This record gives sequence, structure tokens and C-alpha cells, in this order.
Amino acid sequence: MRNEAEYVWPTSDFTRIPFGIYHDADVYEQEMHKVFRGPTWSYLCFDVEIPNPGDFKCVNIGDTPVVVNRDKDGSFHAFINRCAHRGSIVRREEFGNAKDHTCVYHQWCYSLKGDLLGVPFQRGVKGKGGMPKDFDVANHGLQTLRVENFNGVIFASFSDDAPPLEDFLDEPICKHLKRLTHKKVKVLGYQRQYIHGNWKLYTDNTRDPNHGGLLHPFQVTFGIARLTHGGGAVLDKRGCHNISMVEGDSDSEEDASKAYEDSGSGAYMTDYSLHDTSMLATQKEFGDEITLSIMSIFPNVVFQQIGNCLATRQIRCKGVDAFELYWTYYGYEDDDAEMTAHRLRQANMAGPGGLISMEDGEAVEIVHRAIKREHDKHSVAEYGGRGEIKTQDTLITEVPMRGFWAYYCQLMGIDANGAAA
Amino acid sequence: MTAEAKQACADLLAEYAYLIDADRLEDWLDLFVEESTYQIVPRENYVRGLPLQLMLCENKNMLRDRVVSLRQANIYNIHVDRHLVSSVRYLGEESGVHSVGANYAVFQTDQDGQSRLFSVGEYIDSIVVEDGAFKFKDKLVIADTSSIPTLLATPL
Ligand code: FES
Ligand SMILES: [Fe+2]
Repeated sequence: MRNEAEYVWPTSDFTRIPFGIYHDADVYEQEMHKVFRGPTWSYLCFDVEIPNPGDFKCVNIGDTPVVVNRDKDGSFHAFINRCAHRGSIVRREEFGNAKDHTCVYHQWCYSLKGDLLGVPFQRGVKGKGGMPKDFDVANHGLQTLRVENFNGVIFASFSDDAPPLEDFLDEPICKHLKRLTHKKVKVLGYQRQYIHGNWKLYTDNTRDPNHGGLLHPFQVTFGIARLTHGGGAVLDKRGCHNISMVEGDSDSEEDASKAYEDSGSGAYMTDYSLHDTSMLATQKEFGDEITLSIMSIFPNVVFQQIGNCLATRQIRCKGVDAFELYWTYYGYEDDDAEMTAHRLRQANMAGPGGLISMEDGEAVEIVHRAIKREHDKHSVAEYGGRGEIKTQDTLITEVPMRGFWAYYCQLMGIDANGAAA
Repeated sequence: MTAEAKQACADLLAEYAYLIDADRLEDWLDLFVEESTYQIVPRENYVRGLPLQLMLCENKNMLRDRVVSLRQANIYNIHVDRHLVSSVRYLGEESGVHSVGANYAVFQTDQDGQSRLFSVGEYIDSIVVEDGAFKFKDKLVIADTSSIPTLLATPL
């Protein structure tokens, strides 16, 4: 282990990423502070998951357990799930409704805002024991976070230095988030995937639209997303977020099949068809031609639209060598039974068992294993070209991934721009 | 008759587990009638009444497509499955449909010979007789292991 500043970044445009950065426990410790508790906003959940006053949900930011709840006036509060007394988990159930939060250990009781309301036997019994006279409950609340609700999507920040949420997300992300939440959301359920790899291998994965048309032959063969499709990746002003978009009806089977054959890729399989094609019948519900979009929001969430299958993927860190992907699938409140059934059918394509996504779990793990001893070697990220990090009008690009690294290094205090370009 | 039905259902479950573990998924399909459903649901959704599954085959064609996709398209961790099915409970018969519950544990072994507990949970099955053979009509797998290690490729 060593200081993150010691890793060599041979290029200043982040076309080379040192492998050690994915395996170093010291770097991981720094990330928990500088990235997840830094001037950033992390996705928590949808407001409709905690619809009533007193409803709460336990989540993670990085590897910190966090409780988010709705107050009597409808506002949202979030705090670290750690008792101010001796550090116990305060809220043990994943979901619930409560009028206050009482730690089981010594029953310190907190309000929905996270303020300490009272301490049992504070004055002791018959003048003996208890807390000192000057103990003031006002100084011992739970550690609270800033919370913002964007169109029904709840974000939180540890830092007073974080810009307002909409500035942090920037215009293209706000616009696309509004597109995905243009009606009241209805949650259909959850999936979890525990991946034995560093969390940044996943943020790389979703900022690399190129892999989708190669690693996932199901989506290539059935025209869900392939490299012959129109589309690209829109970046925010920092380049740390991005939306990869595919226009699913923009190529012909002949052109696609020929392009894949000419490039030597076997991902387009001409001798393979489905017995039941109902899964492939996407309805365009957003008034545009985008049939697949993967929006990666720095640092901890992906919003996916695979046809009509909508979900968020929250990254929950589990140490330097593992993370959990926590998937929340949703539709809209006005979906009829048929539309809900269709979204559930298309959910076969996503998640840990997804026909076009299971490969990502394997890809992350085999990279994580292979680079373990290669701290001084580098990955090569040159699809889409070198140099400037900007919006892409092609899917054959890794530029959005370089955008992640540029902002990551800024937060971590890593000076890669002094590198030999 | 009940004793025979009970035994036939237990045999079907044993065959089900054997054919997955032997990687004979094409033969495994024969254990389902044409009008069948197959679902894997995380327990956390099941108890909260949320409909989302991990795998949903609403008919046998969708189940066939899963198997073909595994063979042709999907890339997943190279492994061997081993099912342990136990506590088989025969819950009775109504209009020719036998209800059966059972517990399962699936271990996965990788190429280094390392084994891990992959999933534990229960089966809730509806079984019918077709051409003299007991077959699945509806199979519901409720996975206690809601957090899938790595990925879910082969059926549970
Ligand atoms: S640790 Fe919570 S009340 Fe003591
Ligand atoms: Fe992928």
C-alpha cells in the first residue's frame, strides 16, 4: 500500500489508468472521505419509497450506512446510522415507519431530524448515577447530511462545500433525469448483486458504451444495442457524469450483420433466434427515438432504460475488493396491468441474471483478479481518441470513462496533468 | 395413490436438480409442460408483495430461450452447480395439480476447485401428470439469498 499520489499517470488525458488504484486499501480509505463525503451528491432512493411521514429506508453512501426518512411536514432528512452514544446501528430494519428512532443499546432516542430527544436515566436514581449535570442533548444528535429532492429522486451530501444539486448534476443530467421521472414513479421491486471487484471497475464499465456492443451478444443479435446504431454519449461540463444513448431502430439487420462480420466480431449471431419475442417489443414512451440509455451519475448511481425496463443501480462499497449493486426497478403510477407485465418481462434482460447484463459481473471480476499484482501497469483507454474529454457522437468510445477519472483525480488531489503527455 | 404421488414428486425434484447439475439443461426442459411458468424471486420482494423477479419465464418458450441464450449468447463465470434439495413437503392434490414445497441449497464450484454457497431458499411447485409422467406446471423459486454473488446464469 502507498499514497495515491505515488501512482504514475503516464498521460495527462487519462488514457492510461494505473491498475494499483483499483487494489490499494489506502486509496479506498481516501475515497470514502474525498469522493463519497467530498463535495458531491449521492443518490439515496425515490421519494415514493418512503411515502408517509415517519417512513424510513436504510441505504449506503460509499460504505457508510445512512438512514433517510420523511418528516411530519413531508420533508426528507438523512443521517449516518450510528448512535451518538457508543456507536451502535440505530435503525436495524431496512424499511419501516417510526415516530422516532431509538437505539436498542441504551435507548437514546432521536427525532426524525436526527436530534437527540432524550436519554434514559439522565439524572440517575435518587441523586446517584446518570449523566453529568451539564450534559446537553442538543450537542449529541445524529450526524446529518444535506438532502435534496430532484423530481422525486432523493440525493444527499456530507459536505457543505458541495454545490447545489442541480449545478452538480449539470444541465444534460437534469434534463435526462426529468425525462425518466416525467410521471410519478411506482417501484416494482429490488435486486442485489454482490460483485467481487473494486467499485471503480463498475463506474468504468457503465462509462464505456463500446463494451455493450461486444460483451453482450444477446443485445447485439436482437438489435437492443449494437455499435452500428446511432447514438453516443452526452457529458456534463466536468465530464464526470454521462448518458450513453442508443437509437434502436437506426440500423438495418444487413448493415449490422456485415459490419460485425467485417470487424471480425462474433457478437452478431445470424443463426440464433428467440421462440418468444415478446420481450423485444419496446414501446417508445418518452417521445423520442432513444430505446436504450445508461446514465451514470458520479459517484454512486446508474439510471438505466433498457427498452421499457427502468431501474436505478446504486453502488454500495464493501471494501476495496467488493461492492454491491442495489437495483431498484420502477414503472409509473399510471401504468396499466399490461404495461407492468411488460416491464417485468423486459426485466429478464437486466440485473444479476439479465440476458444483456449478467456479463458485467463476470467482466468486473476477471479484471479485478488479473490486475492484482500489476500496480505499475496501466489500462489503455483510447477508443474515441485521445485528448479533450467531451460529448461523443458514437458508441465506439471510452471518453466518458476518462471524464470520470479526471474528476476523481481532482477530488482525490492527484495531479495527473503534470504527467508526460 | 397419495404415497405414489408423493414419491413421484420427490423423484421429479431429484431429477430437476440432477439435470441442472449435470449441465443437461436441454433435457431439463422436458420436466416442464408446455403451459408452464418458471420464476426466481428474491425473498425480500416476495415478503413485501413486490412483483419483481430475478428470472421470469411466463411460458415454456421463454424457458427454452433462457437455455439457448446461455448456450449461445451469455458469458458467465465458469462453474459447476450442486443442488441439495431437502424437506420435501407434499401438500396435496386438487383437480390434478399436486402442490409441493421444498428447501434448496445450491453450491457453485469454480475452476480452481473452490466451492461457495451460491443460493439458499425454497421451491413452491405445482406439478401435473402428462402422458403418465409428473411434470412442473408452475415453479416458483424464492431465493433467501437476495444478494446474488457475481451473477445468476444457470437456473436455481
Ligand atoms: S450506543 Fe446507542 S444508546 Fe448507547
Ligand atoms: Fe454491460
